[in-house]
Amino acid sequence: MTDAAPPIAPPLIALTGIGRVYGTGEAEVQALRDITLSIRAGEFVAIMGPSGSGKSTAMNILGCLDTPTRGSYRFSGVEVGGLSRDQRALLRRHCLGFVFQGYNLLPRMSALENVELPLIYRGIARGERRELAREALTRVGLEGRTHHDPSELSGGQQQRVAIARAIVGRPDVILADEPTGNLDTARSREIMDLMTSLNREAGITILMVTHEPDMAEYAGRVVHFLDGRIARDGSGGADAA
Amino acid sequence: MLLEALRQAVQAILRNMLRSFLTVLGIVIGVAAVIAMLTVGQGSTTQVKSDVAKLGNNLLIVRPGQGGGPGVSAGTAPSLSERDAAAIEAEVPAVSTAAPLSAGSMAVVFGNQNHTTNVTGTDNRYLAATGWTMAKGRDFYDSDILSGAAVCILGETVRQALFGAGDPIGADIRFRQVSCRVVGLLAPKGASSFGTDQDDLVLMPLRAFQRRIAGNQEVATIFASVRDGQTTDKAKAAIEALMRERRHIGPGENDDFNVFDLKQIATMLTGISTVLTGLLSAVAGVSLLVGGIGIMNIMLVSVTERTREIGIRLAIGATEAQVLVQFLVEAVVLSLAGGVIGILTGLALGFTGSRILHVPFSPDPWVMLLAFGFSAAVGVIFGFFPARRAARLDPIEALRHQ
Ligand SMILES: Nc1ncnc2c1ncn2[C@@H]1O[C@H](COP(=O)(O)OP(=O)(O)OP(=O)(O)O)[C@@H](O)[C@H]1O
Ligand SMILES: [Mg+2]
Repeated sequence: MTDAAPPIAPPLIALTGIGRVYGTGEAEVQALRDITLSIRAGEFVAIMGPSGSGKSTAMNILGCLDTPTRGSYRFSGVEVGGLSRDQRALLRRHCLGFVFQGYNLLPRMSALENVELPLIYRGIARGERRELAREALTRVGLEGRTHHDPSELSGGQQQRVAIARAIVGRPDVILADEPTGNLDTARSREIMDLMTSLNREAGITILMVTHEPDMAEYAGRVVHFLDGRIARDGSGGADAA
Repeated sequence: MLLEALRQAVQAILRNMLRSFLTVLGIVIGVAAVIAMLTVGQGSTTQVKSDVAKLGNNLLIVRPGQGGGPGVSAGTAPSLSERDAAAIEAEVPAVSTAAPLSAGSMAVVFGNQNHTTNVTGTDNRYLAATGWTMAKGRDFYDSDILSGAAVCILGETVRQALFGAGDPIGADIRFRQVSCRVVGLLAPKGASSFGTDQDDLVLMPLRAFQRRIAGNQEVATIFASVRDGQTTDKAKAAIEALMRERRHIGPGENDDFNVFDLKQIATMLTGISTVLTGLLSAVAGVSLLVGGIGIMNIMLVSVTERTREIGIRLAIGATEAQVLVQFLVEAVVLSLAGGVIGILTGLALGFTGSRILHVPFSPDPWVMLLAFGFSAAVGVIFGFFPARRAARLDPIEALRHQ
């Protein structure tokens, strides 16, 4: 029930001297300048910082959707920079779950089908897939909404379907870029309670970008970004409380 | 995995039913056109062959005038006679029988019914050579032939026109001031591949026709049957040599008659129908190509529209190959559906066409298999480029796409 692994365990995520440059010449943008960050399994980390400070860029790199211009990213001791495009896809499939600000559910597919989607790529048979997807939807409190289209669900419900989709494959890490950005305070708190319980009960490591200090308080650690660097890295509200 | 891709493809296609249908319309039309063309083409080729076989497989037609086949006017060349026919039969060993005939078009009347038809003067050898059988009554007696008796045999069409459902045997019909007793009725043959009604005729003894109608001793055509086991080419050469001698044509002079082998018509017609079928199929093939481009176009639009979906799929762990397969399967399912609808439509059109043209409906399973394979190929070829574009999308760019 502790949210921190023993200090001697190797970090799940280790970023060393990460830089990311967009464009060239005049149009060159240093989105990340020098990020060194280490995250242990089971942590709940919030990332804060002003707009344009490189939070999303860092999340994309952590999610193996983007590759850094320089520096090293090790996931479970594996150098991600040395992986092929398909190997990174497999890493996402088996170890990572994504939650986006805009939910990103597939339209005209039921909640159940959306949650099933990651399991299709794992080659899991239909019956078992259904079962696991239903379990995940129950876990986020949507057991009564399995056959609704995203268009028939509220924003908070859609985000919970997205979380169900992220956890259905039992990932090590959930990466959430402003998961409550489109929700009102009450709905946001429900999502944060859900994230906290996934972190505490299922032991899933959570990395979450947020603009709202209230939401960051749920995390055990808050990392502040400023202009492509880490300005401050300390324990968050959950520990302080 | 492939089964899963198939299921997803079918879902994606059904979700956009109208667009999917319009997309495959090109393939549908192309395949339907090919199938209909080839089915009708094959049917008419079969029909021509069987017509010629019915007419007499080993039949040579001798007519006055130079070349050109039946239907070409004899011009000023001297006509043939009954003695020519007798000579061919007697002096050309390869020929079994040589039937002389003379014919004209005229109105035949019974009671108040009136019908214009072809009246042919000939004898029983003509019936045997061209495969006519009697449905009712009798053929000509030798005495009818020798004396030129006023008796006649009707084709089914003439019977229907003059007698309706009634029995014509023993009735007297009239044409050109001649009264003629009906002694027989021919079994119907139906329409020929030239489109003419073969049953629209009246037969009478040659001498009766010459004396009472034509008013001369001329013979328009001689139908020579070649004996089994003898080649028509050899018989044709022998007839030509004999006729040149009888008509006193010196060496170096051109024939003023012609001997036509019916097989030549068969070859010619089969050739025409093959060329036509080929040409039309080429046009249909072009429409298949256009259909393929249509599929590629819609698949490209679909990839653009679904960029975000592709981004999501890539983010949750789809590999490049899995996205490629998904879109490729979708394109192939689309074009195969078009192909199957096209085959069914083509068969329906081919069936209707065969009925209208009175040719046998002979669908070729190989052609259908080919059309099926071809539409699968169209899906793979024209689906590959859009599918690869989808698979190679950058996940971040794709996710950011509105
Ligand atoms: N694809 C891109 N091409 C060029 N520049 C980019 C691209 N993506 C991000 N940037 C730039 O990199 C910098 C960091 O962007 P990033 O999206 O990481 O910021 P952020 O911290 O997530 O901001 P916000 O809080 O607004 O989401 C910004 O200056 C941005 O303009
Ligand atoms: Mg951002």
